[in-house]
Amino acid sequence: MHPSLSVIFFTTLSGAGYGLLALTGILAPLGAVPQDRRFGLAALAVALALIAAGLLSSLFHLGRPERAWRAFSQWRSSWLSREGVAAVITFVPALAFAGVWIFGGAVSAILGFLAAAGAITTVVCTGMIYRSLKPIPRWHNRWVVPNYVALAGMTGSAWLLLLARLDQVQPLLPLLALAATAAAAILKAAYWRSIDAPAPSPTAGSATGLGRLGTVRLFEAPHTSDNYLLKEMGFRIARKHAAKLRRIVLISGFVAPALLFCIALVTSGALAALPALVAAALMMLGVFVERWLFFAEAQHVVTLYYGGSPA
Amino acid sequence: MTSLPATSPSRRLGLVIDLDICVGCHACAVNCKEWNAGGAVAPLTDIDPYGSEPDGVWFNRVHTYEVSDGTAGRTVHFPRSCLHCAQPACVTVCPTGASYKRSEDGIVLINEELCIGCKLCSWACPYGAREFDRDAGVMKKCTLCIDRIYNETFAPEDRVPACVATCPASARHFGDLGDPGSAVSRLVADRGGYDLMPEMEYAPTNKYLPPRPCKDGKDGVSALEPAPSQAPKGLLGWLDRLLSSES
Repeated sequence: MHPSLSVIFFTTLSGAGYGLLALTGILAPLGAVPQDRRFGLAALAVALALIAAGLLSSLFHLGRPERAWRAFSQWRSSWLSREGVAAVITFVPALAFAGVWIFGGAVSAILGFLAAAGAITTVVCTGMIYRSLKPIPRWHNRWVVPNYVALAGMTGSAWLLLLARLDQVQPLLPLLALAATAAAAILKAAYWRSIDAPAPSPTAGSATGLGRLGTVRLFEAPHTSDNYLLKEMGFRIARKHAAKLRRIVLISGFVAPALLFCIALVTSGALAALPALVAAALMMLGVFVERWLFFAEAQHVVTLYYGGSPA
Repeated sequence: MTSLPATSPSRRLGLVIDLDICVGCHACAVNCKEWNAGGAVAPLTDIDPYGSEPDGVWFNRVHTYEVSDGTAGRTVHFPRSCLHCAQPACVTVCPTGASYKRSEDGIVLINEELCIGCKLCSWACPYGAREFDRDAGVMKKCTLCIDRIYNETFAPEDRVPACVATCPASARHFGDLGDPGSAVSRLVADRGGYDLMPEMEYAPTNKYLPPRPCKDGKDGVSALEPAPSQAPKGLLGWLDRLLSSES
Protein backbone atom coordinates (compact mmCIF):
# COMPACT_ATOMS: atom_id res chain seq x y z
CA MET A 1 0.00 0.00 0.00
CA HIS A 2 1.20 3.49 -0.84
CA PRO A 3 2.35 5.17 2.39
CA SER A 4 0.32 8.37 2.44
CA LEU A 5 2.14 11.02 4.50
CA SER A 6 -1.08 12.72 5.60
CA VAL A 7 -2.39 9.46 7.07
CA ILE A 8 0.97 8.67 8.71
CA PHE A 9 1.12 12.13 10.33
CA PHE A 10 -2.49 11.75 11.41
CA THR A 11 -2.14 8.34 13.09
CA THR A 12 1.21 9.11 14.76
CA LEU A 13 0.35 12.61 16.04
CA SER A 14 -3.24 11.88 17.03
CA GLY A 15 -2.13 8.55 18.48
CA ALA A 16 0.35 10.33 20.77
CA GLY A 17 -2.26 12.98 21.61
CA TYR A 18 -4.92 10.43 22.51
CA GLY A 19 -2.36 8.44 24.51
CA LEU A 20 -1.42 11.55 26.46
CA LEU A 21 -5.07 12.49 26.97
CA ALA A 22 -6.01 9.00 28.17
CA LEU A 23 -3.06 8.75 30.58
CA THR A 24 -3.67 12.25 31.95
CA GLY A 25 -7.40 11.56 32.28
CA ILE A 26 -6.73 8.39 34.27
CA LEU A 27 -3.62 9.37 36.27
CA ALA A 28 -4.57 12.92 37.30
CA PRO A 29 -7.65 11.85 39.33
CA LEU A 30 -5.48 9.15 40.93
CA GLY A 31 -2.94 11.78 41.97
CA ALA A 32 -0.09 10.18 40.02
CA VAL A 33 0.78 13.36 38.07
CA PRO A 34 1.22 16.96 39.26
CA GLN A 35 -2.13 18.44 40.28
CA ASP A 36 -1.38 22.13 39.73
CA ARG A 37 -3.16 24.13 37.04
CA ARG A 38 0.03 24.79 35.11
CA PHE A 39 0.58 21.08 34.52
CA GLY A 40 -3.08 20.56 33.61
CA LEU A 41 -2.82 23.31 31.04
CA ALA A 42 0.43 21.94 29.60
CA ALA A 43 -0.66 18.29 29.39
CA LEU A 44 -4.12 18.92 27.97
CA ALA A 45 -3.03 21.69 25.60
CA VAL A 46 -0.30 19.47 24.15
CA ALA A 47 -2.67 16.47 23.91
CA LEU A 48 -5.40 18.45 22.17
CA ALA A 49 -2.89 20.20 19.90
CA LEU A 50 -1.43 16.84 18.80
CA ILE A 51 -4.93 15.49 18.20
CA ALA A 52 -6.04 18.56 16.26
CA ALA A 53 -2.85 18.62 14.17
CA GLY A 54 -3.35 14.97 13.30
CA LEU A 55 -7.01 15.43 12.40
CA LEU A 56 -6.15 18.42 10.20
CA SER A 57 -3.42 16.41 8.52
CA SER A 58 -5.92 13.65 7.73
CA LEU A 59 -7.97 16.14 5.70
CA PHE A 60 -5.11 16.39 3.20
CA HIS A 61 -5.70 12.74 2.35
CA LEU A 62 -9.16 13.56 1.03
CA GLY A 63 -10.01 14.38 -2.57
CA ARG A 64 -12.79 16.72 -1.38
CA PRO A 65 -11.78 17.93 2.14
CA GLU A 66 -14.58 20.52 2.21
CA ARG A 67 -17.06 17.66 2.47
CA ALA A 68 -15.28 15.99 5.42
CA TRP A 69 -18.23 16.71 7.76
CA ARG A 70 -20.25 14.15 5.82
CA ALA A 71 -18.01 11.43 7.29
CA PHE A 72 -19.84 11.63 10.63
CA SER A 73 -23.01 10.12 9.18
CA GLN A 74 -22.33 6.40 8.60
CA TRP A 75 -21.22 5.25 12.05
CA ARG A 76 -23.61 2.30 11.82
CA SER A 77 -21.44 0.51 9.25
CA SER A 78 -18.14 2.34 8.77
CA TRP A 79 -15.14 2.29 11.13
CA LEU A 80 -13.83 5.46 9.48
CA SER A 81 -17.08 7.21 10.32
CA ARG A 82 -16.99 5.81 13.87
CA GLU A 83 -13.45 7.13 14.23
CA GLY A 84 -14.60 10.60 13.17
CA VAL A 85 -17.56 10.57 15.55
CA ALA A 86 -15.43 9.28 18.45
CA ALA A 87 -12.76 11.91 17.74
CA VAL A 88 -15.26 14.76 17.89
CA ILE A 89 -17.20 13.43 20.89
CA THR A 90 -13.95 12.99 22.83
CA PHE A 91 -13.37 16.74 22.63
CA VAL A 92 -16.42 17.34 24.88
CA PRO A 93 -15.21 15.60 28.08
CA ALA A 94 -11.59 16.53 27.26
CA LEU A 95 -12.35 20.26 27.05
CA ALA A 96 -14.60 20.08 30.12
CA PHE A 97 -11.89 18.19 32.04
CA ALA A 98 -9.34 20.85 30.98
CA GLY A 99 -11.69 23.73 31.84
CA VAL A 100 -12.57 22.44 35.30
CA TRP A 101 -8.89 21.75 36.05
CA ILE A 102 -7.37 24.94 34.63
CA PHE A 103 -10.06 27.44 35.65
CA GLY A 104 -11.61 25.66 38.62
CA GLY A 105 -8.43 24.12 40.01
CA ALA A 106 -10.22 20.78 40.51
CA VAL A 107 -9.30 17.48 38.85
CA SER A 108 -12.60 15.80 37.94
CA ALA A 109 -12.39 12.02 37.99
CA ILE A 110 -15.61 11.56 35.98
CA LEU A 111 -14.53 13.93 33.20
CA GLY A 112 -10.99 12.51 33.18
CA PHE A 113 -12.19 8.93 32.84
CA LEU A 114 -14.71 9.93 30.14
CA ALA A 115 -11.99 11.71 28.16
CA ALA A 116 -9.74 8.65 28.52
CA ALA A 117 -12.54 6.34 27.36
CA GLY A 118 -13.15 8.57 24.33
CA ALA A 119 -9.44 8.65 23.49
CA ILE A 120 -9.07 4.86 23.69
CA THR A 121 -12.26 4.35 21.65
CA THR A 122 -10.95 6.64 18.91
CA VAL A 123 -7.63 4.79 18.66
CA VAL A 124 -9.44 1.43 18.58
CA CYS A 125 -11.59 2.75 15.71
CA THR A 126 -8.43 3.82 13.86
CA GLY A 127 -7.00 0.33 14.25
CA MET A 128 -10.30 -1.25 13.17
CA ILE A 129 -10.27 0.71 9.89
CA TYR A 130 -7.21 -1.31 8.90
CA ARG A 131 -8.11 -4.51 10.76
CA SER A 132 -11.43 -4.79 8.93
CA LEU A 133 -9.95 -4.75 5.40
CA LYS A 134 -9.91 -8.36 4.18
CA PRO A 135 -8.23 -7.60 0.84
CA ILE A 136 -5.04 -6.52 2.65
CA PRO A 137 -3.89 -9.68 4.49
CA ARG A 138 -1.20 -7.90 6.53
CA TRP A 139 -3.77 -5.47 7.92
CA HIS A 140 -6.53 -8.02 8.42
CA ASN A 141 -4.54 -9.26 11.37
CA ARG A 142 -5.48 -9.63 15.05
CA TRP A 143 -2.36 -7.78 16.21
CA VAL A 144 -3.23 -4.54 14.38
CA VAL A 145 -5.66 -3.03 16.93
CA PRO A 146 -3.50 -3.93 19.99
CA ASN A 147 -0.55 -2.37 18.14
CA TYR A 148 -2.36 0.90 17.49
CA VAL A 149 -3.51 1.14 21.11
CA ALA A 150 -0.12 0.17 22.56
CA LEU A 151 1.84 2.60 20.37
CA ALA A 152 -0.56 5.42 21.26
CA GLY A 153 -0.11 4.60 24.95
CA MET A 154 3.65 4.38 24.59
CA THR A 155 4.07 7.73 22.80
CA GLY A 156 1.55 9.32 25.17
CA SER A 157 3.54 8.11 28.18
CA ALA A 158 6.73 9.64 26.74
CA TRP A 159 5.01 13.00 26.31
CA LEU A 160 3.51 12.78 29.79
CA LEU A 161 6.92 12.10 31.33
CA LEU A 162 8.45 15.02 29.42
CA LEU A 163 5.74 17.48 30.51
CA ALA A 164 5.83 16.31 34.12
CA ARG A 165 9.62 16.56 34.15
CA LEU A 166 9.50 20.19 33.04
CA ASP A 167 7.53 20.80 36.21
CA GLN A 168 8.95 18.48 38.85
CA VAL A 169 10.33 14.96 39.24
CA GLN A 170 7.70 12.21 39.39
CA PRO A 171 9.29 8.81 40.09
CA LEU A 172 6.31 6.79 38.85
CA LEU A 173 6.26 8.18 35.32
CA PRO A 174 9.60 6.80 34.00
CA LEU A 175 8.47 3.35 35.17
CA LEU A 176 5.13 3.82 33.43
CA ALA A 177 6.85 4.89 30.20
CA LEU A 178 9.21 1.94 30.45
CA ALA A 179 6.33 -0.51 30.93
CA ALA A 180 4.33 1.03 28.06
CA THR A 181 7.37 0.83 25.78
CA ALA A 182 8.04 -2.79 26.68
CA ALA A 183 4.40 -3.74 26.08
CA ALA A 184 4.33 -1.96 22.72
CA ALA A 185 7.63 -3.55 21.65
CA ILE A 186 6.28 -7.02 22.43
CA LEU A 187 3.08 -6.37 20.48
CA LYS A 188 5.01 -4.92 17.53
CA ALA A 189 7.28 -7.98 17.49
CA ALA A 190 4.21 -10.23 17.58
CA TYR A 191 2.77 -8.34 14.58
CA TRP A 192 5.98 -8.67 12.59
CA ARG A 193 6.28 -12.35 13.43
CA SER A 194 2.66 -12.85 12.38
CA ILE A 195 2.98 -11.15 8.98
CA ASP A 196 6.27 -12.92 8.25
CA ALA A 197 4.71 -16.35 8.78
CA PRO A 198 3.26 -17.98 5.68
CA ALA A 199 -0.52 -17.71 5.78
CA PRO A 200 -3.24 -18.86 3.41
CA SER A 201 -4.17 -16.04 1.09
CA PRO A 202 -5.79 -15.69 -2.31
CA THR A 203 -3.68 -16.57 -5.34
CA ALA A 204 -3.72 -15.61 -9.01
CA GLY A 205 -5.50 -18.94 -9.45
CA SER A 206 -8.41 -18.02 -7.15
CA ALA A 207 -8.44 -14.37 -8.25
CA THR A 208 -9.05 -15.38 -11.86
CA GLY A 209 -10.67 -18.75 -11.14
CA LEU A 210 -8.25 -20.21 -13.69
CA GLY A 211 -6.25 -22.10 -11.07
CA ARG A 212 -8.35 -25.19 -11.92
CA LEU A 213 -6.61 -25.31 -15.31
CA GLY A 214 -3.04 -24.97 -14.07
CA THR A 215 -0.53 -22.33 -13.07
CA VAL A 216 -1.68 -18.79 -13.86
CA ARG A 217 0.88 -16.27 -15.11
CA LEU A 218 0.23 -12.73 -16.28
CA PHE A 219 0.95 -12.67 -20.01
CA GLU A 220 -0.16 -9.16 -20.87
CA ALA A 221 -1.24 -6.34 -18.56
CA PRO A 222 -4.32 -4.29 -19.47
CA HIS A 223 -2.35 -1.05 -19.73
CA THR A 224 1.20 -0.01 -20.45
CA SER A 225 1.80 2.37 -17.52
CA ASP A 226 0.76 2.31 -13.87
CA ASN A 227 -2.86 3.19 -13.10
CA TYR A 228 -4.47 4.27 -9.83
CA LEU A 229 -4.67 0.68 -8.60
CA LEU A 230 -0.96 0.01 -9.07
CA LYS A 231 0.13 3.39 -7.69
CA GLU A 232 -2.12 3.14 -4.61
CA MET A 233 -2.18 -0.60 -3.94
CA GLY A 234 0.87 -1.96 -5.73
CA PHE A 235 3.46 -0.06 -3.69
CA ARG A 236 6.09 -2.46 -2.46
CA ILE A 237 9.30 -2.16 -0.57
CA ALA A 238 12.36 -4.36 -1.04
CA ARG A 239 12.69 -6.94 1.72
CA LYS A 240 16.22 -5.76 2.60
CA HIS A 241 15.01 -2.16 3.04
CA ALA A 242 12.13 -3.39 5.18
CA ALA A 243 14.58 -5.27 7.41
CA LYS A 244 16.74 -2.16 7.78
CA LEU A 245 13.72 0.04 8.55
CA ARG A 246 12.51 -2.46 11.15
CA ARG A 247 15.87 -2.11 12.90
CA ILE A 248 15.50 1.69 12.83
CA VAL A 249 12.02 1.34 14.38
CA LEU A 250 13.33 -1.06 17.00
CA ILE A 251 16.20 1.22 18.05
CA SER A 252 14.63 4.65 17.63
CA GLY A 253 11.11 3.71 18.73
CA PHE A 254 11.76 1.26 21.54
CA VAL A 255 15.33 0.50 22.66
CA ALA A 256 16.84 4.01 22.86
CA PRO A 257 13.76 5.55 24.55
CA ALA A 258 13.71 2.65 27.05
CA LEU A 259 17.36 3.31 27.96
CA LEU A 260 16.61 7.03 28.32
CA PHE A 261 13.65 6.24 30.59
CA CYS A 262 16.07 4.25 32.77
CA ILE A 263 18.34 7.31 32.92
CA ALA A 264 15.29 9.43 33.77
CA LEU A 265 14.68 7.16 36.76
CA VAL A 266 17.91 8.28 38.38
CA THR A 267 18.22 11.93 37.25
CA SER A 268 16.93 14.94 39.11
CA GLY A 269 17.39 18.68 39.17
CA ALA A 270 17.80 20.94 36.16
CA LEU A 271 18.78 18.19 33.73
CA ALA A 272 15.90 15.88 34.66
CA ALA A 273 13.84 16.78 31.60
CA LEU A 274 16.62 16.14 29.07
CA PRO A 275 16.41 12.32 28.78
CA ALA A 276 12.63 12.58 28.58
CA LEU A 277 12.89 15.14 25.78
CA VAL A 278 15.33 13.05 23.72
CA ALA A 279 13.27 9.90 24.36
CA ALA A 280 10.05 11.55 23.16
CA ALA A 281 11.73 12.90 20.00
CA LEU A 282 13.37 9.57 19.12
CA MET A 283 10.17 7.68 19.83
CA MET A 284 8.05 9.90 17.57
CA LEU A 285 10.59 9.39 14.79
CA GLY A 286 10.58 5.62 15.34
CA VAL A 287 6.79 5.42 15.35
CA PHE A 288 6.66 7.55 12.20
CA VAL A 289 8.93 5.03 10.43
CA GLU A 290 6.87 2.19 11.91
CA ARG A 291 3.68 3.65 10.44
CA TRP A 292 5.36 4.16 7.05
CA LEU A 293 6.43 0.51 7.14
CA PHE A 294 2.93 -0.59 8.16
CA PHE A 295 1.76 0.73 4.79
CA ALA A 296 4.80 -0.18 2.70
CA GLU A 297 4.86 -3.82 3.83
CA ALA A 298 1.15 -4.40 3.18
CA GLN A 299 0.10 -5.74 -0.20
CA HIS A 300 -3.41 -5.63 -1.61
CA VAL A 301 -4.88 -8.74 -3.26
CA VAL A 302 -5.77 -6.71 -6.39
CA THR A 303 -2.06 -6.93 -7.28
CA LEU A 304 -2.71 -10.63 -8.00
CA TYR A 305 -4.40 -9.55 -11.22
CA TYR A 306 -1.18 -7.79 -12.17
CA GLY A 307 1.17 -10.68 -11.47
CA GLY A 308 1.94 -9.64 -7.87
CA SER A 309 1.79 -11.68 -4.69
CA PRO A 310 0.26 -10.22 -1.52
CA ALA A 311 1.19 -11.59 1.93
CA MET B 1 -26.85 5.00 3.50
CA THR B 2 -23.93 2.62 3.47
CA SER B 3 -25.66 -0.12 5.41
CA LEU B 4 -26.65 -2.87 2.99
CA PRO B 5 -30.32 -3.30 2.04
CA ALA B 6 -32.13 -5.11 4.89
CA THR B 7 -33.51 -7.73 2.54
CA SER B 8 -31.36 -9.04 -0.27
CA PRO B 9 -32.60 -7.70 -3.59
CA SER B 10 -34.81 -10.16 -5.50
CA ARG B 11 -33.38 -8.90 -8.77
CA ARG B 12 -29.61 -9.16 -9.02
CA LEU B 13 -28.52 -7.58 -12.26
CA GLY B 14 -25.06 -8.49 -13.41
CA LEU B 15 -22.79 -9.84 -16.09
CA VAL B 16 -21.74 -13.30 -17.15
CA ILE B 17 -18.38 -13.30 -18.91
CA ASP B 18 -17.41 -16.26 -21.06
CA LEU B 19 -13.65 -16.79 -20.86
CA ASP B 20 -13.91 -19.51 -23.50
CA ILE B 21 -15.07 -16.98 -26.07
CA CYS B 22 -13.33 -13.72 -25.10
CA VAL B 23 -10.71 -12.88 -27.74
CA GLY B 24 -9.09 -10.06 -25.73
CA CYS B 25 -9.90 -7.31 -28.24
CA HIS B 26 -10.51 -4.71 -25.46
CA ALA B 27 -13.63 -3.46 -27.27
CA CYS B 28 -15.66 -3.80 -24.03
CA ALA B 29 -13.13 -1.64 -22.15
CA VAL B 30 -13.01 0.96 -24.92
CA ASN B 31 -16.76 1.20 -25.37
CA CYS B 32 -17.17 1.40 -21.59
CA LYS B 33 -14.78 4.35 -21.52
CA GLU B 34 -16.52 5.91 -24.52
CA TRP B 35 -20.01 5.63 -23.05
CA ASN B 36 -19.16 6.62 -19.50
CA ALA B 37 -16.88 9.50 -20.48
CA GLY B 38 -20.04 11.14 -21.82
CA GLY B 39 -22.71 9.55 -19.62
CA ALA B 40 -24.05 10.05 -16.11
CA VAL B 41 -20.68 9.68 -14.36
CA ALA B 42 -18.68 11.79 -16.84
CA PRO B 43 -15.93 12.75 -17.07
CA LEU B 44 -13.60 9.80 -16.66
CA THR B 45 -10.49 11.88 -16.33
CA ASP B 46 -7.36 11.03 -18.30
CA ILE B 47 -4.01 12.32 -17.09
CA ASP B 48 -1.26 12.75 -19.69
CA PRO B 49 -3.27 10.75 -22.27
CA TYR B 50 -0.79 11.25 -25.12
CA GLY B 51 2.39 11.22 -23.01
CA SER B 52 4.72 8.42 -22.10
CA GLU B 53 2.94 7.61 -18.81
CA PRO B 54 -0.77 7.87 -19.56
CA ASP B 55 -3.10 7.35 -16.61
CA GLY B 56 -6.82 7.60 -16.25
CA VAL B 57 -10.06 6.19 -14.92
CA TRP B 58 -11.42 3.06 -16.60
CA PHE B 59 -14.19 0.81 -15.31
CA ASN B 60 -13.15 -2.20 -17.30
CA ARG B 61 -9.68 -3.64 -17.82
CA VAL B 62 -8.73 -6.68 -19.92
CA HIS B 63 -5.88 -8.80 -18.57
CA THR B 64 -4.34 -11.70 -20.46
CA TYR B 65 -3.04 -14.77 -18.66
CA GLU B 66 -1.06 -17.79 -19.67
CA VAL B 67 -2.36 -20.89 -17.93
CA SER B 68 -0.27 -24.02 -17.97
CA ASP B 69 -0.77 -27.45 -16.40
CA GLY B 70 2.80 -28.43 -17.22
CA THR B 71 2.08 -29.88 -20.67
CA ALA B 72 0.14 -27.53 -22.90
CA GLY B 73 -0.25 -23.82 -22.11
CA ARG B 74 -3.22 -21.74 -23.11
CA THR B 75 -3.90 -18.04 -23.32
CA VAL B 76 -6.97 -16.71 -21.51
CA HIS B 77 -8.24 -13.16 -21.90
CA PHE B 78 -9.83 -11.89 -18.72
CA PRO B 79 -11.99 -8.74 -18.54
CA ARG B 80 -12.16 -7.33 -14.99
CA SER B 81 -14.81 -4.89 -13.78
CA CYS B 82 -17.11 -4.33 -10.79
CA LEU B 83 -18.84 -7.58 -9.78
CA HIS B 84 -21.73 -5.82 -7.93
CA CYS B 85 -21.20 -8.11 -4.93
CA ALA B 86 -23.97 -9.18 -2.57
CA GLN B 87 -21.65 -8.39 0.38
CA PRO B 88 -19.77 -5.33 -0.87
CA ALA B 89 -17.41 -4.10 1.83
CA CYS B 90 -16.70 -1.10 -0.43
CA VAL B 91 -20.20 0.09 0.52
CA THR B 92 -20.12 -0.56 4.26
CA VAL B 93 -16.71 1.10 4.80
CA CYS B 94 -17.89 4.36 3.19
CA PRO B 95 -18.05 7.03 5.92
CA THR B 96 -20.31 9.47 4.06
CA GLY B 97 -23.10 7.41 2.55
CA ALA B 98 -21.80 8.10 -0.96
CA SER B 99 -21.50 4.39 -1.69
CA TYR B 100 -24.67 2.37 -1.76
CA LYS B 101 -26.19 -0.84 -3.01
CA ARG B 102 -29.57 -0.44 -4.67
CA SER B 103 -32.30 -2.51 -3.06
CA GLU B 104 -34.27 -2.90 -6.31
CA ASP B 105 -31.60 -4.50 -8.51
CA GLY B 106 -28.41 -4.91 -6.43
CA ILE B 107 -26.34 -2.43 -8.46
CA VAL B 108 -23.51 -0.82 -6.44
CA LEU B 109 -23.20 2.91 -7.10
CA ILE B 110 -21.42 6.05 -5.86
CA ASN B 111 -23.19 9.33 -5.26
CA GLU B 112 -20.41 11.65 -6.36
CA GLU B 113 -22.04 14.60 -4.61
CA LEU B 114 -21.40 12.94 -1.22
CA CYS B 115 -17.99 11.35 -1.90
CA ILE B 116 -15.07 12.90 0.00
CA GLY B 117 -12.42 10.92 -1.92
CA CYS B 118 -10.98 9.10 1.13
CA LYS B 119 -10.20 6.07 -1.11
CA LEU B 120 -11.14 3.61 1.65
CA CYS B 121 -13.65 1.85 -0.66
CA SER B 122 -10.87 1.11 -3.15
CA TRP B 123 -8.85 -0.44 -0.32
CA ALA B 124 -11.86 -2.55 0.64
CA CYS B 125 -12.44 -3.95 -2.88
CA PRO B 126 -10.44 -7.11 -3.69
CA TYR B 127 -11.23 -6.77 -7.38
CA GLY B 128 -9.86 -3.30 -8.12
CA ALA B 129 -13.27 -2.09 -9.25
CA ARG B 130 -12.98 1.43 -7.83
CA GLU B 131 -10.65 4.07 -9.12
CA PHE B 132 -9.92 7.54 -7.80
CA ASP B 133 -10.48 10.43 -10.20
CA ARG B 134 -7.66 12.80 -9.26
CA ASP B 135 -9.23 15.63 -11.20
CA ALA B 136 -12.70 15.39 -9.66
CA GLY B 137 -11.39 14.31 -6.23
CA VAL B 138 -13.97 11.53 -5.99
CA MET B 139 -14.12 7.77 -6.54
CA LYS B 140 -15.62 6.32 -9.72
CA LYS B 141 -16.85 2.87 -10.60
CA CYS B 142 -18.88 0.78 -13.03
CA THR B 143 -22.59 1.63 -12.89
CA LEU B 144 -23.64 -1.41 -14.92
CA CYS B 145 -24.60 1.36 -17.39
CA ILE B 146 -27.60 2.32 -15.32
CA ASP B 147 -28.16 5.16 -17.81
CA ARG B 148 -28.55 2.61 -20.63
CA ILE B 149 -30.31 -0.38 -19.10
CA TYR B 150 -33.31 1.65 -17.92
CA ASN B 151 -33.21 4.15 -20.78
CA GLU B 152 -36.62 4.13 -22.41
CA THR B 153 -35.45 6.22 -25.35
CA PHE B 154 -33.40 3.18 -26.40
CA ALA B 155 -34.82 0.25 -28.35
CA PRO B 156 -35.31 -2.67 -25.92
CA GLU B 157 -32.44 -4.65 -27.46
CA ASP B 158 -30.05 -1.75 -26.79
CA ARG B 159 -30.87 -1.56 -23.05
CA VAL B 160 -27.75 -3.46 -22.05
CA PRO B 161 -24.41 -2.21 -20.69
CA ALA B 162 -22.05 -0.71 -23.26
CA CYS B 163 -19.51 -3.53 -22.78
CA VAL B 164 -22.17 -6.14 -23.59
CA ALA B 165 -23.57 -4.20 -26.55
CA THR B 166 -20.17 -3.88 -28.20
CA CYS B 167 -18.61 -7.32 -27.63
CA PRO B 168 -18.01 -8.65 -31.16
CA ALA B 169 -17.66 -12.23 -29.93
CA SER B 170 -20.75 -12.28 -27.68
CA ALA B 171 -18.58 -13.24 -24.74
CA ARG B 172 -20.52 -10.95 -22.37
CA HIS B 173 -24.09 -11.51 -21.18
CA PHE B 174 -26.29 -9.24 -19.11
CA GLY B 175 -29.29 -10.27 -17.06
CA ASP B 176 -30.92 -11.04 -13.72
CA LEU B 177 -28.79 -13.50 -11.77
CA GLY B 178 -31.35 -13.51 -8.96
CA ASP B 179 -33.85 -15.27 -11.24
CA PRO B 180 -32.85 -18.95 -11.61
CA GLY B 181 -34.83 -19.18 -14.85
CA SER B 182 -33.13 -16.25 -16.61
CA ALA B 183 -30.90 -16.86 -19.62
CA VAL B 184 -27.80 -15.78 -17.70
CA SER B 185 -28.62 -18.03 -14.72
CA ARG B 186 -29.13 -21.01 -17.03
CA LEU B 187 -25.83 -20.23 -18.73
CA VAL B 188 -24.08 -20.20 -15.34
CA ALA B 189 -25.71 -23.49 -14.36
CA ASP B 190 -24.91 -25.20 -17.70
CA ARG B 191 -21.31 -24.07 -17.96
CA GLY B 192 -20.21 -24.15 -14.29
CA GLY B 193 -19.99 -20.37 -13.89
CA TYR B 194 -17.95 -19.36 -10.86
CA ASP B 195 -17.15 -16.50 -8.45
CA LEU B 196 -13.78 -14.73 -8.34
CA MET B 197 -11.92 -15.06 -5.01
CA PRO B 198 -14.82 -16.79 -3.19
CA GLU B 199 -12.64 -16.97 -0.05
CA MET B 200 -13.08 -13.18 0.35
CA GLU B 201 -16.81 -13.85 0.97
CA TYR B 202 -17.99 -10.80 -0.98
CA ALA B 203 -20.47 -13.01 -2.91
CA PRO B 204 -20.00 -11.41 -6.35
CA THR B 205 -23.05 -11.18 -8.59
CA ASN B 206 -21.06 -11.33 -11.85
CA LYS B 207 -20.00 -14.83 -12.88
CA TYR B 208 -17.23 -16.09 -15.11
CA LEU B 209 -17.62 -19.10 -17.41
CA PRO B 210 -14.44 -21.23 -17.52
CA PRO B 211 -12.62 -21.99 -20.77
CA ARG B 212 -13.74 -25.35 -22.13
CA PRO B 213 -11.24 -28.19 -21.65
CA CYS B 214 -8.43 -28.61 -24.17
CA LYS B 215 -8.74 -31.59 -26.47
CA ASP B 216 -5.01 -32.25 -26.68
CA GLY B 217 -4.95 -31.62 -30.41
CA LYS B 218 -7.25 -34.59 -31.10
CA ASP B 219 -10.08 -32.37 -32.22
CA GLY B 220 -8.80 -31.64 -35.72
CA VAL B 221 -5.90 -31.20 -38.04
CA SER B 222 -2.72 -30.05 -36.35
CA ALA B 223 -1.47 -26.83 -37.79
CA LEU B 224 2.00 -28.26 -38.31
CA GLU B 225 1.03 -31.48 -40.09
CA PRO B 226 3.00 -31.63 -43.36
CA ALA B 227 1.04 -31.24 -46.56
CA PRO B 228 0.74 -34.52 -48.53
CA SER B 229 3.52 -34.64 -51.12
CA GLN B 230 2.56 -35.07 -54.74
CA ALA B 231 5.12 -36.28 -57.18
CA PRO B 232 5.27 -33.89 -60.16
CA LYS B 233 4.26 -35.30 -63.55
CA GLY B 234 5.16 -34.64 -67.20
CA LEU B 235 8.12 -32.49 -68.17
CA LEU B 236 8.62 -31.24 -64.58
CA GLY B 237 8.45 -34.82 -63.33
CA TRP B 238 11.11 -35.91 -65.85
CA LEU B 239 13.35 -32.95 -64.78
CA ASP B 240 12.73 -33.78 -61.11
CA ARG B 241 13.72 -37.42 -61.57
CA LEU B 242 16.72 -36.40 -63.66
CA LEU B 243 18.00 -33.91 -61.03
CA SER B 244 17.17 -36.16 -58.06
CA SER B 245 19.12 -39.10 -59.46
CA GLU B 246 22.20 -36.92 -59.86
CA SER B 247 23.84 -38.05 -56.65
